[in-house]
Amino acid sequence: MEILTSLGLGFSVAVQPLHLALLLFGCFAGTLIGAMPGLGPVNGVAILIPLTFAFGFDATASLILLSAVYFGCMYGGRISSILLNIPGDEPAVMTTLDGYPMAQKGQAANALAISGVASFVGATVAIVGLTLFAPLLARAAIYFGPADYFALYVMAFATIGGLAGVDPRKTLLSALIGLMIATIGLDPATGIPRYTGGSFDLYDGIDPIVALVGLFAISELMFLLEKTIKDRDTAIKLDTWIPDLKVVFGTGWATVRGSVVGFVAGVLPGAGASLGAVMSYSIEKQVSNKNGSFGKGDPKGVAAPEAGNNSASAGALIPMLSLGVPGSGTTAVMLAMLISLNVQPGPLLFERQPDLVWGLVASLYMANVMLLVLNLPLIGLFTRLMAVPTWALMPLVVAISFIGVYSISNSTFDLYIMIAFGVLGYVLRKLDITLVPLVLGLLLGADMENNLRRALSISGGDYGVLIASWISIALYIATAAFLALSVWLALRDKKRAADAS
Amino acid sequence: MGVSSFISAKLAAVTTVTMLSLSAAPHMAHADECIAPSNPGGGWDFTCRTIGRILSELDLVDGNVQITNMPGGVGAVTYAMVDAERSDDEGLIVATSTVGVTQIAQGRYPSGIDTMRYLGMLGADVGVIAVAADSEYETLAELNEAMVADASSVVTAGSSGAGGWDHIRLLMVAREAGLEDLTALRWVQFDGGTDAVTQMMGGQLDVVSTDLGEIAGFVESGDIRILAALSTDPIPAFPEIPTAISQGIDVTGYNWRGLYTGGNVSDEAYNAWVEKLETLYNSDEWQTAAVEFGLVPIWIGGAEFEAYVREQEQVMAGISRDIGIIE
Repeated sequence: MEILTSLGLGFSVAVQPLHLALLLFGCFAGTLIGAMPGLGPVNGVAILIPLTFAFGFDATASLILLSAVYFGCMYGGRISSILLNIPGDEPAVMTTLDGYPMAQKGQAANALAISGVASFVGATVAIVGLTLFAPLLARAAIYFGPADYFALYVMAFATIGGLAGVDPRKTLLSALIGLMIATIGLDPATGIPRYTGGSFDLYDGIDPIVALVGLFAISELMFLLEKTIKDRDTAIKLDTWIPDLKVVFGTGWATVRGSVVGFVAGVLPGAGASLGAVMSYSIEKQVSNKNGSFGKGDPKGVAAPEAGNNSASAGALIPMLSLGVPGSGTTAVMLAMLISLNVQPGPLLFERQPDLVWGLVASLYMANVMLLVLNLPLIGLFTRLMAVPTWALMPLVVAISFIGVYSISNSTFDLYIMIAFGVLGYVLRKLDITLVPLVLGLLLGADMENNLRRALSISGGDYGVLIASWISIALYIATAAFLALSVWLALRDKKRAADAS
Repeated sequence: MGVSSFISAKLAAVTTVTMLSLSAAPHMAHADECIAPSNPGGGWDFTCRTIGRILSELDLVDGNVQITNMPGGVGAVTYAMVDAERSDDEGLIVATSTVGVTQIAQGRYPSGIDTMRYLGMLGADVGVIAVAADSEYETLAELNEAMVADASSVVTAGSSGAGGWDHIRLLMVAREAGLEDLTALRWVQFDGGTDAVTQMMGGQLDVVSTDLGEIAGFVESGDIRILAALSTDPIPAFPEIPTAISQGIDVTGYNWRGLYTGGNVSDEAYNAWVEKLETLYNSDEWQTAAVEFGLVPIWIGGAEFEAYVREQEQVMAGISRDIGIIE
């Protein structure tokens, strides 16, 4: 078996004392960074790059450290989602939808255990996939043209409709606001500034991380200020400290489905962990939401997106390593680091530097086990965090948010943007408009627009190009089927409700 | 592996000294500073960090060079700040490249090229015209013939938007070949050269125009074929690739890396910087670091560089007008 020989080589690289130490440090630091609102995997990895240079690590050691941080963030992102209703990073947005309601019901320990196990399963599925299919899958993914990507984004937006929105009009409005904000900045196709009002600070557009921290953390603070006046007792009572294993393992199929969907989303270049989490959640909701329990603390709504974002993040390494095309924002940063260390990812990397590729793969297997061990016993510690009254915790969250946002680009302008988004988030939430579609519009809008314009540039303006390949046709058919199913389910629920009354 | 450790060790050294210089900053009256108008990790950041490190290694500056990242507006934020606040600061140098000049040529900086004094270029990425390995175009002449005959039949792409440097240097080739209506050529923007090449390998595109550095791996693996290098001489790492000039198309398209300083800096200070940078350029340290980053070392400095930048701006502005990017 050629793969086993390669993996053997990989483990011999991975067990070197320096690599093991970096792996453990990366897993711990990653979980911490992921758990802190505003400091997502992209920042975490970006912040640690100077560290790898400072210590003079070679490419293999650096890549092992950064990948461990990346994986750690995917585990850690869920912690603040569940305990504070603030996603620790972008891909953890979906975990807030059912994770926080579970915590409110006194099931924080269960939610954390479910998400920990789901993260482990998701990552394991994707690492096995990475091992087996890396060259093969990457070769298939290059046949995705701009029109196919556009179809994929259409599908992603179509699936939001079935997400959290009570009123489809409000969901649509929220998504449109997100898409509009995504157009701010230099137009990538022509370099012309759009909606910048002459401010150079807006040329690079709105950083989604900054917007996200504002929308979730700052608006939360405003809600807290409001609540403090009316109602001082906001702490959630905990019934148990130890997870109920029956609940944890009852989410088995949701985890498996989430892992597979997330893996596919991760392998597609550019799609990344956020889309993996969104699609896993949406599909799980369609499959399992029999009695409307989703959004109110359904364990499956926690398991699916966590399995999805972890498996997507491992999947995103496939195109990064074998084609040099990052599969997510974080892998893009890692790619930049590799190039600066004189390692050229691309078709030849597997042949030329097998010690680097397979050393990384073997490290990922080990990182995943370390993370599970780190994250399950630590659940007690994190649930204890909930006992801290919100009035004591929120100032800390806000301080971390400000530091995190400022550390991205050392710009005070970003802090103003964050506050502005905090106010926007507060207003929208007061109007019962869900923020998730807005965030998705903001995250995916630019790529969606770019791919539409690329497709039209290729065809010379002929819209027929959008349905010219079998990949895009298949994606549109899947989207249509998904929408039809959503409508049918909604009508059925309505009819049942009418029959019951 | 050996090479990587070597760079890492050097970067370790520079990071350490940067930290030392930060802690010592309050006591030092005039520490030299290099501003990279971008986030850490890109080309401008490399320019500042590498040049800053070698300047202090060669004792060309007192102490160390402080590196500052100031992202925003593709360099416009830094340009505005230097113009308004530090135009006579003799200890300040700022990283720039062909990208900065493109922005100026298209009026996207707060002020023109004359606001600053351009010191020199120390290296460049070479632009190439690439096709897929199974492409029908075997030579630049065949591609040019197809573009001139029916420009809309060829789909071209690169890592910049319409009017960006990847686009403009392809249009310079097409115009030299005899294409009159430059707007007829289809141009597709990608976020990086690798993305564009991957799409070309997937059959979506015919031609990619971009820097060789980022896509060199695909050339070595045989997935793509380079029809022409836009350099005066063949590229040392790929001597078999013909230049456009050797095929009768008199076009060069370097993406150079260089530095500017404030517009009100004295002639004395300006000349001192040019001299230091030329010394740095001739050092083994720079020659090694540049090649490792995928650059071809090239030196143009002082008055000659000022003239070069102005001429490049004129060419870019002209083509930008022709394709309707600016009026």
